Amino acid sequence: MAIKKFVVGCFDDEAVLFPAVKKVRRAGYKIHEVYTPFPIHGLDKAMGLKDTDLDTAGFIYGIMGTATALGFISWIFTYDWPLNIGGKPHFSLPAWIPITFELTVLFSAVGMTLTFCYLCQMAPFVKKDHFNLRSTDDLFVMALEITEKTNEAEAVAFLQSVGAMDVKVDRKETKWWLGRYDKETKIFGMRETETAV
Amino acid sequence: MALLRYESQVRAPLVEDNKDYHQVTVDICRPVEARPTRLWWVGFSVSVLLLCFGIVSVTMEVIYGVGQWNLNKTVGWGWDITNFVWWIGIGHAGTLISAILLLFRQGWRTGVNRAAEAMTIFAVICAGQFPIWHMGRVWLAFFVLPYPNTRGVLWPNFNSALLWDVFAISTYFTVSLLFWYSGLLPDLATLRDRAKLKWRKFFYGVASFGWTGSTKTWQRFETLALILAGLSTPLVLSVHTIVSFDFATSVVPGWHTTIFPPYFVAGAVFSGFAMVQTLLVVTRKVLALEEYITVEHIDVMNKIIVLTGSIVGIAYLSELFVSWYSANPYESFAFAQNRVNLSSPYGWSYYIMMGCNVLSPQIFWIRKMRRNLLVTFFMSILVNIGMWFERFVIIVTSVYRDYLPSAWSTYYRPSIWEVGFYLGTFGLFFTCYFLFAKFFPVVAVAEIKHILKRSGENYKAKMDVVEHESMEEFADKHLHDHGA
Repeated sequence: MAIKKFVVGCFDDEAVLFPAVKKVRRAGYKIHEVYTPFPIHGLDKAMGLKDTDLDTAGFIYGIMGTATALGFISWIFTYDWPLNIGGKPHFSLPAWIPITFELTVLFSAVGMTLTFCYLCQMAPFVKKDHFNLRSTDDLFVMALEITEKTNEAEAVAFLQSVGAMDVKVDRKETKWWLGRYDKETKIFGMRETETAV
Repeated sequence: MALLRYESQVRAPLVEDNKDYHQVTVDICRPVEARPTRLWWVGFSVSVLLLCFGIVSVTMEVIYGVGQWNLNKTVGWGWDITNFVWWIGIGHAGTLISAILLLFRQGWRTGVNRAAEAMTIFAVICAGQFPIWHMGRVWLAFFVLPYPNTRGVLWPNFNSALLWDVFAISTYFTVSLLFWYSGLLPDLATLRDRAKLKWRKFFYGVASFGWTGSTKTWQRFETLALILAGLSTPLVLSVHTIVSFDFATSVVPGWHTTIFPPYFVAGAVFSGFAMVQTLLVVTRKVLALEEYITVEHIDVMNKIIVLTGSIVGIAYLSELFVSWYSANPYESFAFAQNRVNLSSPYGWSYYIMMGCNVLSPQIFWIRKMRRNLLVTFFMSILVNIGMWFERFVIIVTSVYRDYLPSAWSTYYRPSIWEVGFYLGTFGLFFTCYFLFAKFFPVVAVAEIKHILKRSGENYKAKMDVVEHESMEEFADKHLHDHGA
């Protein structure tokens, strides 16, 4: 947990945001994050973010579900308590397909959702800073990280030149903490350390 | 960018009027942020009253046993299983809209998916009540779960369609809930950031899980939504397939039919869309969301109703044909005598089913009718009545005159507690829906914004220029801007 310093600019049109992201990256600034009210396709590529592996995780969870269902049912029906149902074989795979399928889907969906929450660090009572409350409404908010090497005034001017409005310097917590949105107080051992100027 | 946003003018706009992003937020959040209207209180109170009646009915059943229902020797499944299949079927439209239409990239789903998904969840909750309380000794309901027990470790029968149902319905409920709630997160964050009142900040703050809307989150969010849609699509088909297996794996004439799975799935989508229409025709009016849930949406859904209604009609006719063609006396008796014969005890129910499900939706071949809200509302009620009778016909007329003629004299009619239980689930459903419409955005805010510049009326108009460009001009202008 650390409080860092950022230059924050707002855009009101994604058509301006896209070239701005490219120019900012080309100029060598480090984009901390871009906050948008809705998903913008291609923005992750433009920002140079890696693809997510969430889908692979979902596949693995699904396979685990398949294995669990098949393993469990075959253990029960062939070893633990074999039932003679009209002389039919104990290992009756076709009849197990429905439950196997359902558990595959269940494991995959639940596992993926939990992984999503873990990766994005999201849970009830988790609180985060996101610079501008209108970024969940109609503004696209870009935050550039300021280090010792950055010239603050230059960064502000540059962001304005690529079309950002309302550019300002802001100090924000970069990680989540436990808190409520109706109260300002930070709880649970927040260290007020500042890394940059 | 222009190329990315381009959508043919032939398609009607999905968001009407002159909207920008902020206006979308304001419009959709308004009903949530305003005080509840008198109409809301009236609707909510009626729902809660119905729910109370349902609770009393169920309590009677728990105290005195399933004997409180008028089930008899041959009709062991009556209203309760009819209602179960009916509610489950209604749920299917929500998943169809949210999952299958997402995979097919249908832009119009954004206006209706949130409400339809909520409907799915409430409908599945209502459906689940029936098999649970039908168990009689409901406090032993957990016996259906495979857990190490002291009954000699006696496991449930994994070869039984009824156990498949337990897994199918519970998985369906869980996945639908995850899908719905993960989709709600960004919109709850919007409400949180707009909140002025303390309790709102607290409530939506907790509910939105600390959503920020960062690009990385959105990237994962979209992957999650896509994979959940991919999982839900076969899931929803499997759920009603398995429900139909409850009947199809039996040896009862009228039940053991191989066409049941597709027939049930089509019927489920049919009745589900009817329920979506019932809810949305009212919701859009009451919450003033006509610009987001447009007549275009209603029109498209009516097309699906006429399609699925006709599929169901073909299924009915196939059943009749096969019962004759099979030359099986029991099979043909079940259809020719117990159903088609109007003077048989339940003959009337077959004709209500045929009239409501097959004949009446044919009116939607006419465009004017599809776009008429009153007709749509009336038809949606009619279809739901028809689909309830379909399940009633399948369940009751197949068993009330079975192989043993000495058991034929008993005519099954429901007791007040059976009816009360059914009405109670309406109470439960609408109580949930009223609460949902009050505390959650009924239309997916973020998703509407996502399609706004492509399908919004004021943005589409600007595409006129592009529409009139020649191929060369168009390519010259737009092919080099690589999406930026």
